[in-house]
Amino acid sequence: MASNDAASQVNQGAGFMGWLNKRLPVNKFISDQLLEYYAPKNFNVWYFFGSLALLVLVMQLVSGIFLTMFYKVGDTTAFESVEFIRREVSYGWLIQSLHAIGASAFFVVVYLHMYRALMYGSYKAPRELLWLFGMFIYLALMAEAFMGYVLPWGNMSYWAATVIINIFSTIPVIGPGLVEWIRGDYGVADATLNRFFSLHVVAIPLILLLLVALHLVALRQVGSNNPDGIEIKENKGSDGKPVDGIPFHPYYTVKDIVGVGFFLTLFAVVVFFVPTFGGLFMEEANFEPANPLSTPEPIAPSWYFTPYYAILRAVPNQRIGALLLLLAVLAFFFLPWLDRSPVKSVRYRGLWFKGMLAVFTVSFLALMYLGLKPASASYVNAARVFAIGYFSFFVLMPLYTKWDRVKSVPKRVSFHE
Amino acid sequence: MADQEAVDLDRRKFLTVATAATAGVGVVFAATPFVASWSPSERAKALGAPITVDLSKLEPGMMLTYVWRKQPIYIFKRTPETVAKLAAHDAQLKDPKSSDSDQPAYATNEMRSLRPDVAVLIATCTHLGCLPKQRFEPADAELGADWPGGFRCPCHGSRFDLAGRVFNGSPASVNLRVPPYNFENDNTLVIGSDDAAVQGAA
Repeated sequence: MASNDAASQVNQGAGFMGWLNKRLPVNKFISDQLLEYYAPKNFNVWYFFGSLALLVLVMQLVSGIFLTMFYKVGDTTAFESVEFIRREVSYGWLIQSLHAIGASAFFVVVYLHMYRALMYGSYKAPRELLWLFGMFIYLALMAEAFMGYVLPWGNMSYWAATVIINIFSTIPVIGPGLVEWIRGDYGVADATLNRFFSLHVVAIPLILLLLVALHLVALRQVGSNNPDGIEIKENKGSDGKPVDGIPFHPYYTVKDIVGVGFFLTLFAVVVFFVPTFGGLFMEEANFEPANPLSTPEPIAPSWYFTPYYAILRAVPNQRIGALLLLLAVLAFFFLPWLDRSPVKSVRYRGLWFKGMLAVFTVSFLALMYLGLKPASASYVNAARVFAIGYFSFFVLMPLYTKWDRVKSVPKRVSFHE
Repeated sequence: MADQEAVDLDRRKFLTVATAATAGVGVVFAATPFVASWSPSERAKALGAPITVDLSKLEPGMMLTYVWRKQPIYIFKRTPETVAKLAAHDAQLKDPKSSDSDQPAYATNEMRSLRPDVAVLIATCTHLGCLPKQRFEPADAELGADWPGGFRCPCHGSRFDLAGRVFNGSPASVNLRVPPYNFENDNTLVIGSDDAAVQGAA
């Protein structure tokens, strides 16, 4: 206790900072979170995506707040108000593009962030809860993105809402009533648009911010994993600090700023030169107003949902298809308990895990591609094959992680340059 | 202050649990209006009233699309030849007798209709709600030589025949739904009300 008191004496400072620190733990917070927070010194490029996700979240909040100032919710006004923003509000085209493309950017960085965890076993003990909070963020993000996609009330908005809400109708007994309750009408209508607006702008952002806070608190509690999957806290020097750790500030704050620079450059190139990204980030059918009498053809969800959509479509029974879609998302939640391997990082795993991770990677990307294609027989058959690959990564994991011949993990982190 | 030492832990636990349970009941009551607010409003219900359709200009092989309760309704006339052929492909259907499908009792037959010549179907695919497209020409190049004519959904490829019955291999599991309807006279169809039809059938 004495040393703590001494430290706080040193940190409190004099003058205004001293006055402030007596009333608000400013220096203590900076010290705990940045200066005295030790992160492994072997982070590679895969460790950029957490801070980038935070950056995109802030960008979405700011651009979203400004869009809300001009957007007019309602089935007769929504589409027109988005056109108004794009054509007549000063720099409205830029704010709207930043927000719409930001949604895709969010999923790009989140998918890479999640893939990092798969490669380096960041979901394994003691980081199970950190992983679960991350997965809940992913779920909230999917809901946020889906509802945001409905708001411009373009024809693809309308039909995406129709198809996605109808997935709930496959639930036995309560399904049809539940769908009517979600829509607030006998079809997707003004009532649906209004409640989605409220959820997109108020409820889900609040939930997202809370989950992000929990994710960060849990991260500070267990510490970051690293590409070697070595617990740096288990090897401390005589000063009580991890020998393989470096203070988050200035080392990783500066490194993250470099990542931010790269990211914003790429992001700006997309926003200014290829805003629709070949129909992936903005879809042509959504530049037409919602029309309940005309389904756009071909119809495909946003690229970040297509792996699950391809699985849904691959099953010739609608109830089982919807169930497999749900399981495909939920499977990630169980990873910490499916993985029986004694090592975390792919660097020290055997051929089994490496092979299955490759199968998963190929399957996920292939399903993403197939979900964007029309539902012809050859595409559907291919989707069936890759759906089996996708699920075998999870279902067989307790077996192959046990059989795997792992290498021994060194005590110190290494650099692969 | 002797009674301060004798804390009745059982009593404390009972009071804690009883308070929590009461609060839980309160939460359920307080949540009810908010949950109920999501149900279709009185206005939405009123706008879901029956509609009338004039069939006098509808030729066999032609189709009309009307909207009832935000759902497109397909109304088309079948020729006697089409009606005769409907039973021929029962083996290719998931539910030829409509026993697992959703339709009024008076439409639970081979034609899935009150009258064999007039078909009335809710045009939202029973899979996930897209609009199946009209593919009335038999032996379609894309759908195969044995295609008897019907509908194909552009979203996920479900196929239906001219009675709205789903073909094997479709992601949809049940036939297109049939709304409640009746005929005011030979050429006037009422969608959304089946009082006359039910009385007529009885």
